[in-house]
Parts: sequence; structure tokens; C-alpha cells
Amino acid sequence: MRALNAGDFVYLLQGLLWTIALSFSALAAGGLLAAGIVALRLLRSRAIDVAIAAYVGLFQGTPLLGQLLFFYFGLSIMGLDIAAFSAAVLTLSLYSAAFLSEIWRGAIAAIPRQQWEAGESLGLGRLQTLTSIILPQALRAAIPPTVGFLVILIKDSSLVSVLGFVELTRAAQIINNSTFHSFTIFGTVALLYFALCFPISRLSRRLEARFHQ
Amino acid sequence: MTMISARDVRKRFGTLEVLKGISLDIAPGERVALLGRSGSGKSTFLRCLNGLERIDGGGLDVAGIDLAAPKPDLKTLRRRVGIVFQSFNLFPHLTAEQNVTLAQRKVLKRPADEASRIAADVLAQVGLADKMKSYPSQLSGGQQQRVAIARSLALSPTLMLFDEITSALDPELIGEVVGVLERLAANRDITMVLVTHQLGFARSIASRTIFMHEGRILEDGPAESVMGTPATVEFKAFLSAVLT
Amino acid sequence: MLRYSDLLAMGALRSLGLTALTAILGLAIGTGCALVLLYGSRRARPFVTGYVEFFRNTPFLVQLFFIFFGLASVGFRMSAWTAAIFALSINFGAYTTEVMRAGIAAIPRGQLESAASLGLGRWHTFTDVIAFQAVRNVYPAISSYIILLFLGTSVVSQISAQDLFYVASFIESRTFRNFETYAFVSLIYLVIVVLFRIASALVWTFVFARRG
Repeated sequence: MRALNAGDFVYLLQGLLWTIALSFSALAAGGLLAAGIVALRLLRSRAIDVAIAAYVGLFQGTPLLGQLLFFYFGLSIMGLDIAAFSAAVLTLSLYSAAFLSEIWRGAIAAIPRQQWEAGESLGLGRLQTLTSIILPQALRAAIPPTVGFLVILIKDSSLVSVLGFVELTRAAQIINNSTFHSFTIFGTVALLYFALCFPISRLSRRLEARFHQ
Repeated sequence: MTMISARDVRKRFGTLEVLKGISLDIAPGERVALLGRSGSGKSTFLRCLNGLERIDGGGLDVAGIDLAAPKPDLKTLRRRVGIVFQSFNLFPHLTAEQNVTLAQRKVLKRPADEASRIAADVLAQVGLADKMKSYPSQLSGGQQQRVAIARSLALSPTLMLFDEITSALDPELIGEVVGVLERLAANRDITMVLVTHQLGFARSIASRTIFMHEGRILEDGPAESVMGTPATVEFKAFLSAVLT
Repeated sequence: MLRYSDLLAMGALRSLGLTALTAILGLAIGTGCALVLLYGSRRARPFVTGYVEFFRNTPFLVQLFFIFFGLASVGFRMSAWTAAIFALSINFGAYTTEVMRAGIAAIPRGQLESAASLGLGRWHTFTDVIAFQAVRNVYPAISSYIILLFLGTSVVSQISAQDLFYVASFIESRTFRNFETYAFVSLIYLVIVVLFRIASALVWTFVFARRG
């Protein structure tokens, strides 16, 4: 058992950088996948809709811990010698895509029917109405909750520590195991997460307010 | 004994003076229509009559309660004064019958079966005997407003206040509410004060008309003569604006 | 897997019990905080806001570690279950505060005015007029949050509280069938979530739907 030093704090900051990398990667990859899902929904195929609903239901109805461990072990069984980071990004991306596709679907559905009717009355086809009238509005509506989801993702990334990957929470555990100054360590880590998440939460709320004008 | 006695009543909201010295006497059994533009202070004055707003100056006695006192006896006042609002304000989670029995049981402490009997009575009076077990969400606007009237009547008030009770209704539903009030007006035991901007409504029910403008009373007299021959420019303007 | 069925059942019951208990405690905290935000003194409000913002912008795992390990290192030792209940309740309270605040604030002023005009005092206005409408307002959001709470209880396995997820890691260490175990246990969570959603929808239809 030793005292804490500046090197420990630097170690935490490195973990914080990995947390950020993890979260933003998952948001980007998940976002791309979610966009694809939303596009697929527009095909109005019953089979596709059911498949998507099953996918979303699966990721929203099971614990993230279970998903992380499933993919981590499952992928290595399949012969892919996968690092914890990749398993984490994959899981978090699939997880994000499930939630984001629902958020974005909601944003599109919230656009009043009259907008569609206006587009069609002007002679625009379904696809054109979608891209030039509906999507721009839906995009603006979708940004605040998407930013809000980033905060959720950053917090959820702490569970990746269970896979042994050294993001901020795992870094804290490692230092704790050799110094046992738990109060200071976890208190500091909480403050670091807060410093990262709170401004983003505030931004999300401000965007939400601005959107409703 | 007068039912309502107002002496130079004043009321302000922040820096805005809404009532600039209202004086009037209303006798028991009178049916009075309070007319005026929005912003004239008529609704504010009505709300002062049952204590929802506190007056800032002057004297006000309603149903024997002194409302200018530092701590007026609102409990007793509200047993004697009933009010019906523009937006009905029925309790959505209770049936029509339960809406009408709630205050009877909790405020007047009537036993449940007596309260139900009276509820059935007043709901029949307003023509809704068959809707006792319906929820407000299942009733039309006109029906909801009639339940609101029944709810106040069940407490046997001596003074009934009506704050623009037809304003939130679709035109075809107004008639049923007017009908209820006309039957009520035949009952001399209840004093009625109606705030409205619908002249037909005022004419068919009120015997006396008071016109308010910018916080003051400009006209006050028997309905026929006041509305037939407006004395002031403002009232003339109001009448022509409303009639077109 | 079936050999461990009673262990899994025990774990599931523990997780459900934990969810129920911390949901109730969290709702009590959330309602209390909401009332402070709506009707409390000006000076008390920043404390509530500070509490809510702190627990909503930090990960639950870190909160749990802080309460279990951190407090222990300065003298407040507690069992894993106590820490779990404490951490989950405080966390849930922070999330429900805003929902309760919005739900109470959404009750139209006219309801309070007509209750007052009918002569109903504060107590009766609260129990007979406000309470039901507030619950109805918050029901959908709280339902969703309870599901998230239930899934979130899996995290307490990380301080060795023996909930359903802990049972999963126990089975995994015995059988070395790792991804099947986690898949199976995750599906147990899923089944419970689906059943809860159905029950919740039924309650809405039969208790709340017409009364709004």
C-alpha cells in the first residue's frame, strides 16, 4: 500500500482518453448503423420491420453487461482473437444503434402528417418529400436527444472495465488495488466523468430549448 | 341583507391596476350579467368574490363574509358561493357522480348515500341522469360543463358565479348549457352573477346588466334599458363590436 | 444449465426484490426532491439540482464503487447488499426527480382552483384530486425507468452482491461455457422485461386510460 502520486493522476487521464475514444467510436459506428436501420424501415417491409423490432428489443431488454461479456467470449470462440477494445466497440455500437434508431424514428414520426401532404401536393414524390422536407426537420429534432445519448454512452463505457480494458474506471480499479485510497480515487474519477458529461448534458438541454422556439 | 356589497374595490397585479374602484350592491335572488372586453377586469372581480384573488383596497362583503379582512373566512365563504369555470375543471379521474359527491362528503360531511342521492338529483336537473358513471373523457364539452354546474349546485350555494362558461364550447353545445341556466334562473333562492361576452346569453338570463371597462363600472342597470339604450361611448362600441 | 435452475431462480428473485425495493425508495427520494424544486425554499433548490446533476452525469458503477469501497476506506463499512440498495436508490432518485417534478407541474391550475372553490382543504386536494393525476402523468416514464433500473441491477454483481448476474458469472466459472451462460441469463432478463411491459400496459389500460 503506497501513497497516491501525480503519475497516478496521469494514468487516470489516459484512461479518460480511452473512455472518450470508446464512446465517440461507438457513437459514430452506431450512428451509421442506426441510419441504415432507419432507411430500411422506410421500405415498409413487414419482415424487415419485425427483424428490426427484434434487434432493438434484444438490445433494450438485456443488461449491457451481459451483451459485453457475450460478445467478448462469443467472438473469441469463433476464432477471432479479438482484443477487449474491439469487442467493446462492437457491443457498444450495436447497443447505440438500437437506441439511436428508435430516437431517430421518433423524430421522423413526430413530423406532422401535413408536411408529407404538403410535399405531395407540390408534386414531389415520396423519396423527394422525405429528403428535402421531412429529413431536414427531423434532423434538427433528433440532435438534442442524440447528444443526450452520448452522455449515456460515456457512462455505460465504464462497464467495459469488466472486460479488462483500461478505460477510466478500470484505471481507477488498478490504482485502487495497489494504493487502497478508494475514497480519493473513486471520488476523483466521479468528478472526471462529471466534468466530461455535465457540459454535454447542458448542451443537449440548450439545443432542446432552442429547437422548441 | 345584500348578497354582495362592494365599496371601491381595487386590485393590482404587479404594477398593473386591474380594478380601479368597483362599487356595487347585489341583492339576494338577483341575476346579474357582467359584460366587458377582455382585460376589463370582469373575471378578476368575479374571482375576488370567492376568494381566489385577494383585493388590495376597498371593502367587499360576500354572503356575509368580509373579504377585506386580513384572514377572511374562505372556508365558510366557499360553502355559500359556487363557481363554474370556462374550462370546466372536472376531476378527470372521477366519474360524473363522483365529481358531484366528492365535496359533499369531504367538505359538508354528508354521508355517502345522501351525497349520492343529491348527486343523482342535480345531475337529473342538468339533464345528465344517464351519465352518472361516465368519465369526463367520455363526455362532450357541453355535458362536462353541465356536470360542473351540478357539482357546485350539490353544495346548496346561495350565490353562483359563472366565469365565461360558454366560451370554450362549440356553438352547437352552448344551447344545452344556456337551457340549464335558464331553469336555474327561475329559482329565486340562488343569486347568479355571470361573466360573459355573449349578449344573447346575458339577455335570456340576467335581469340586470353591469358593463365594465378598464377596471371601472361604466353602466349598471336593468338589462333591457342598459342594452337597449347604451349611455356611454365605450358600451356602444362594445355592443356593436360584439353584435357584428 | 438446467442443473442450476434453482440458483438462477434465487438470483432472479433477488434481482426483482432489489428492483422493487430501490424503485420505491428512489421514487420517495424523487418525489421529495420534486416537491422541494416546486414548492421548497429558494435556498434548498440548488442542493437538489446539484444532487440530481451529479448522479445523472456519473456512471452507476463508479457511484457503486465509491459507496462500497470509497466510504469503507474512510470508516463507513457496509455489506455489498447494503451498498447496492443505497447506491441504486440514490441513483434512481436522481432520475425520477425530474419526472415527478414535471408530472406534478403538469396538473392544470384549474384543478387546484376548483378544488379550493369547492372548499376542499390542502389534504383532501392532495389525496383526492392531485395524487391520482400525478401518478397518471408520470406512469409511462416511470415504467420505462423501472425497466432500466432492473437491467441496471446487474451491475451490483461487480461488488459480489449475489444477484442474478452474479449467478451467471458463478455458473460460468464452473462450467466454462462462457458465452452461452451470459446469453441464457441475458434472455432471462429479457423475458422478465417483456412480461413487465405487458403487465404495465394492462395496468395502464384498465386503471388509467379512461381517467385522464
